[in-house]
Amino acid sequence: MTWTSLQTAMADQGYIASGDLAMALHLSLSLGRPLLLEGAAGVGKTEVARVLAAVEDTQLIRLQCYEGLDSAQAIYEWNYQRQLLAIRAASEDGETGKSVEARIFSDEFLLERPLLKAIRQYKAPVLLIDEIDRADEEFEAYLLEILSEFQITIPEMGTILATTRPIVILTANGTRDLSDALRRRCLYAHVPYPDHQTELAILVTRYPDIADRLCTQIVGFVQALRKQELEKKPGIAEMLDFSAALMGLGVADLTDDPATLQATLTTLLKTQMDRDAIPTEIAQRLAGKAA
Amino acid sequence: MSLVTKFAARDPGPAARMAGFVAHLRDNGLRLGVGETGIALDALTHINAANPHDTRRALKSIFTGCAEEAAQFDGLFNSFWMNGGRVKSRVTPTSKPSESQYVHSSREASAEADPNSGAGDISAPDGGDGEAQSDGEGKLVATDVANLFKKDLRDVVRPDDIEAAEKIALRLGAALRDRRSRRRKAARKGDQIHFRKVMRQCLATGGEPFALPKRHRPDRTLRVTAICDVSGSMTIYSRIFLAFLAGLMRADPRADAYLFHTRLVRITEALRDKDALRALARLSLLADGFAGGSKIGDSLNTFAATYGRRFVDSRTVVMVLSDGYDTASPDGIADALIRLKKRGCKIIWLNPLKGWDGYEPTARAMAGALPHLDLFRAANTLEDLAALGPELTQL
Repeated sequence: MTWTSLQTAMADQGYIASGDLAMALHLSLSLGRPLLLEGAAGVGKTEVARVLAAVEDTQLIRLQCYEGLDSAQAIYEWNYQRQLLAIRAASEDGETGKSVEARIFSDEFLLERPLLKAIRQYKAPVLLIDEIDRADEEFEAYLLEILSEFQITIPEMGTILATTRPIVILTANGTRDLSDALRRRCLYAHVPYPDHQTELAILVTRYPDIADRLCTQIVGFVQALRKQELEKKPGIAEMLDFSAALMGLGVADLTDDPATLQATLTTLLKTQMDRDAIPTEIAQRLAGKAA
Repeated sequence: MSLVTKFAARDPGPAARMAGFVAHLRDNGLRLGVGETGIALDALTHINAANPHDTRRALKSIFTGCAEEAAQFDGLFNSFWMNGGRVKSRVTPTSKPSESQYVHSSREASAEADPNSGAGDISAPDGGDGEAQSDGEGKLVATDVANLFKKDLRDVVRPDDIEAAEKIALRLGAALRDRRSRRRKAARKGDQIHFRKVMRQCLATGGEPFALPKRHRPDRTLRVTAICDVSGSMTIYSRIFLAFLAGLMRADPRADAYLFHTRLVRITEALRDKDALRALARLSLLADGFAGGSKIGDSLNTFAATYGRRFVDSRTVVMVLSDGYDTASPDGIADALIRLKKRGCKIIWLNPLKGWDGYEPTARAMAGALPHLDLFRAANTLEDLAALGPELTQL
């Protein structure tokens, strides 16, 4: 598979990837290295992993990072309650300590979390580590170890080697700066907001029956909106919601009805300050230019 | 003539060229190791390496690690591999970009800015001790005022001022941040065992404590909200205060800044621009009416009624930087301060005039404000601001 065929395969799944992104994914697959995707919120970083899983026809395992994420949530945890029950039951049956111990520290009592699950699949899954910059720095260090060795040590059971190497995709959007070590271990692709052509293609792929005129208008409008000084620029998901809203309302032209356009801006602008920054006149001017 | 670089005949081959390219990238500030060179050579076997666009993309994903490097890469790639067919025998390093704010490094910036270059040192006009000096510095004041009427703050505040101010703001921020709650809360990594939680969890495991929940005293940091007077009477101090505000904004992500003359403007977003000079340019646009009259009471009232409701709470320190000379009626100031006080915040007033010997807060506005202040200090140089640290700790 070359990177262009990967790009086409992704397009078939409804994801329009830029050349840089497709090449980075292709290399990540062929070199077996994790890929770090960075970009603003709402440019489709998470979607990449979902589509890649569909292209590779494999499972998507997702680890959503958050502040305070620890190994019990990310790697594995013992099922304490079941273990305790087993111990109680064993003492009733007169089972000896050694055999009980061997039994309660076995697979049966192990709760797999995403990282452990990802390295124990028969077919290499896509492991999505979402918003890695939200996790603590010590977790990042732990992750580094797993990403380089692909093995996890559980003190009671020994070291578990990966049966297959998962395709690892990390996403970040700049909550904090990632360590150089993590950046070095990964391939890197920056996912920008799509340009005019790409965004048109995305819109047409998602809503094939959208009218050409409205389609150009929507994309022109959203692109112009991103150039305004906003707290939170509308991403692709917002653009698609906006299109769906307009189609649902039966709007054929953005400049037709200022009130409707203003009302549908709820799908694009998500804070009060942004709403205030784009009053009807500005929205109309942008829509007029986009036509 | 092909664009592709012609390498010298004695060139030993692709591996050496790749090593040369990596050296070229290193010269231009990318931090790469031997490992990356190996990966790059490996990657070239997986793509059509004869196509320069493919190669560019592949190498980009390998050699870059953040958005800024990715943006820089295309130019670096062109200058090495596509230099218009000239013979390339060795790597020529191009100009080294300055250490950008995106590259986080513990290394100190190499060259210290020459303190004597540019437009004089940052200190108030009355910084000198001798009487004789005052004449000369009076002239400096006059030029400053002229600059301000052009309203371009970039002439007033220099980037190295901001750098110095940033260091002070960092220290002040630390003084305000370093405080803890009296009560303890459950926490993953606490210093004490959370016994109540242990007992409760024991119920699930039949009286056996398995996990040991911890608790700690959470941080209760104070937030700085600075309100700076930029009216005519304050012009000569604006440089210090604006630099301080810019430094504060860059050092503490939770700080908040406003300026006022006859109206109140929120400048937090403008000052938070990563490019210090661009931040000041944005500020100049906002600061229309700079160096005019001041309505302290009105502005503080507006603040208490609008932003104050959103941003001021009991964990906020409101820092007013003003000389207390009000062109409107001064009665409003006390009212506004009372309103702000009701939100539970601490109020600090830094008055540049207080540094003068024998100063008494006789301006009516100042006299009315005094009973409502938690701290009233002189500050007309960055050193004064730096000295505030210990007092802020005690607030």
